[in-house]
Amino acid sequence: MEKSILFQAFIFLSAAVLLVPLAKKWGLGSVLGYLIAGIVIGPALFGFIGDNTHDIMHFAEFGVVMMLFVIGLELEPSLLWRMRKAILGMGGVQVMVTGLFIALVTMQFNFSWQESFAIGFTLALSSTAIVLQTLQEKGLMKTSAGQSAFSVLLFQDIAVIPMLALFPLLATLPVDVDPEAHSTNLIENLSAWAQTAIVVAAIVSVILAGRYIIPPIFRLVASSRIRELFTAVALLVVIAISVLMSLVGLSPALGTFLAGVVLANSEYRHELESDIEPFKGLLLGLFFIAVGASIDFNLLLQKPVLILGIVAGLIALKSLVLWVIGKVFKLKTDQNMLFAVSLSQMGEFGFVLFTFSNKNGILDQGTVDILIAVTAISMALAPIMFLIHEKFVQPRIGTKMVVEEKEHDHIDESNPVIVAGFGHFGNTVGRFLKAHGVGTTFLDIDSDRVDLLRKMGFKVYYGDASRADLLKAAGAEKAKLIIIALDSPEKRMEIVEVVKKHFPNLRILARATNRVDAYDLMNAGIMNIYRETLDASLRMGVDAMHFLGFRKYAAKRAARTFFEHDEKYLKYLSSLKLNSSEYISTAKKYIEELESLIQSDMHNESLHGADEGWSEEGLIKEFGSAKIEKKD
Amino acid sequence: MRSRILVLFAHPAFEKSRVHRELVKKVKHLAGVTFHDLYEEYPELDINVSKEQQLLLEHDIIVFQHPFYWYSAPAMIKQWMDLVLEHGWAYGKDGNALQGKQLLSVISAGGPREVYSATGRNRYTVHEFLRPFEQTALLCKMNYLPPFVIHGTHKMELHEMKQAALQYEGLLLAFHHGLLSQQELAQVDYLNDLNPIPQALKD
Repeated sequence: MEKSILFQAFIFLSAAVLLVPLAKKWGLGSVLGYLIAGIVIGPALFGFIGDNTHDIMHFAEFGVVMMLFVIGLELEPSLLWRMRKAILGMGGVQVMVTGLFIALVTMQFNFSWQESFAIGFTLALSSTAIVLQTLQEKGLMKTSAGQSAFSVLLFQDIAVIPMLALFPLLATLPVDVDPEAHSTNLIENLSAWAQTAIVVAAIVSVILAGRYIIPPIFRLVASSRIRELFTAVALLVVIAISVLMSLVGLSPALGTFLAGVVLANSEYRHELESDIEPFKGLLLGLFFIAVGASIDFNLLLQKPVLILGIVAGLIALKSLVLWVIGKVFKLKTDQNMLFAVSLSQMGEFGFVLFTFSNKNGILDQGTVDILIAVTAISMALAPIMFLIHEKFVQPRIGTKMVVEEKEHDHIDESNPVIVAGFGHFGNTVGRFLKAHGVGTTFLDIDSDRVDLLRKMGFKVYYGDASRADLLKAAGAEKAKLIIIALDSPEKRMEIVEVVKKHFPNLRILARATNRVDAYDLMNAGIMNIYRETLDASLRMGVDAMHFLGFRKYAAKRAARTFFEHDEKYLKYLSSLKLNSSEYISTAKKYIEELESLIQSDMHNESLHGADEGWSEEGLIKEFGSAKIEKKD
Repeated sequence: MRSRILVLFAHPAFEKSRVHRELVKKVKHLAGVTFHDLYEEYPELDINVSKEQQLLLEHDIIVFQHPFYWYSAPAMIKQWMDLVLEHGWAYGKDGNALQGKQLLSVISAGGPREVYSATGRNRYTVHEFLRPFEQTALLCKMNYLPPFVIHGTHKMELHEMKQAALQYEGLLLAFHHGLLSQQELAQVDYLNDLNPIPQALKD
């Protein structure tokens, strides 16, 4: 079979394009879609790819590096500092306890303590890629379970470094000396002190570069106004840091994460994010496909009981440890369950560490093959675990989806308004409606917030507002309006689709982040769209003009004209393809029109075009200065 | 030809008005009547002038329906007049757009009819208070009709309001069907005195 790079890319992309949307449609999530795509094109089914999956995975792991960079960008240093307790506490305990636990169990099966130690600590790690991608997709990153899971994953990424350093000491088998194997690491032959010093120096240099070198470079490139050059610089930053980290034996993911955090405060943060995002997405997809393709079904068929038994045992054991940790760190029951489930799989570092252990004479090939199969299978099971948790476990525990009705609460039964999302936006709308006695039901995915709101007497349903059954439970069949006020544009779009399909009589009022988002909503047929910054920025504009000496009433009316004009053109522009030449020329025309409209209203003697009734020009012309009947 | 009627309704607190609720109920969906709720259409007094002018052109009888506030109309009506009745359009040498149309004020007032007289508490008649409207109509080459005034709303029973609403409905119907002669109209002080309008409709 033709195995050119283009052909392989063709196979990968078509598998993803065909299967991922289907998986999303069936509610399985994109991660599972990619994994299934991998299984389909892998040796188990069609065998389009096979022998080289580990190479591909190694390459695609760069997606994980990029993901951590993007996560770092969203995390300001102060926030990271506040999370230190969770990272060191939860993460540290999780890795130590789980590692030792698994090692102890492993020793019962006639493994030496060295082998058990290596196996235990490798299996203690979870999959950053799968967990974070899934949590983000489900909008759970900001819940306390999401934050805890993130903290633990961050610690695990750090923990890999000492593992790589210590594992060679556990060797009991003869090592094939392969001088090529670690040629990328320049410093392993130096003394421990020198190594430490170089590692610290590398980290400090990343921080300093993020502060003082990268921003001026961005400024320079931005001033050249060549779009792709900016993308190139963004990629260069990530790759350069990865190379540097590999040279000194640190995890590239950790290095780029750090760089991301440093750059989180820079003015180029959003551009960086949007530049890296597509690469990250594609590489992660590739990574998941590779994981799916690498599942060794032959081995699984030979020893099904052994492998599946190990997988089940490990997932149970890891969840149990996580659950206890969650309890100790006072997570609420439902958040704790999510936390325990989310980190119960093995991680992608397993592939690296097991191969590494094998090369360094700790584990033999047979054991490693089984453990890699176990790791891959557990990773493939992870999205399914999330799904089971979401559909069957979560509705039955902790913060209930629906509160039991109080006896005299009968008016609540058919609240006319449902507010999806109780963040800053939904909060304001909701309080306003409630203050005017409008029966309002809230939906939110953050269980802590839900609990708080319930204590304050709000009627709140807990869960994902894009689920038809939850909307139904919240009274969507009887309600008149749904206010979609969530933060995530993707989630809002999902809700729009679900409401249109299942509750066509419910009128939709949707929040939009910006113009582009508003186009999408408009094209989905939504009539009532509220751009979240439009009103506030115009109000600010009015005040700015006031402070410059304009009359407030005139400024206010100019803002009104601006608003109406903008809304009118928004409708028209939404029908054009974004950034097509027609779009740009129309947008230009719109800006010119608007400017002349407002200027003629404000500066000219006449109020031409706007409210001519207040103009006296015509009167003066007709009656001269002697006699004006209407106005003085 | 049947007259088309435009009711320009202005009440800033419509939800609290008992009498206008009854009036509106009767005429809102009446054939030949366009009911235009100005405070609902322009909550920020941001009147769309060209739209209003277009509406005026499409109708023969223009009705201002509003409560009597400080011997005049609520601010919306004044804003509407300031902006919509443009020089060169509604009045002035070339302002003939409204020529020959009729203007009618439909008003609710808390006090009884007696207090609106030279000897009464308010010292002037409603007609006198309505002079700015009358003169506006004249300047715009329109014919100003005697007003339809519902007096004493503060002490009014619901059935009386319903009666007034019925009379208002009959009045608009009569206008729509052209059943009222100029002569007949010239004889009355208030259109309320055109009695009995239901009789005219029976013919």
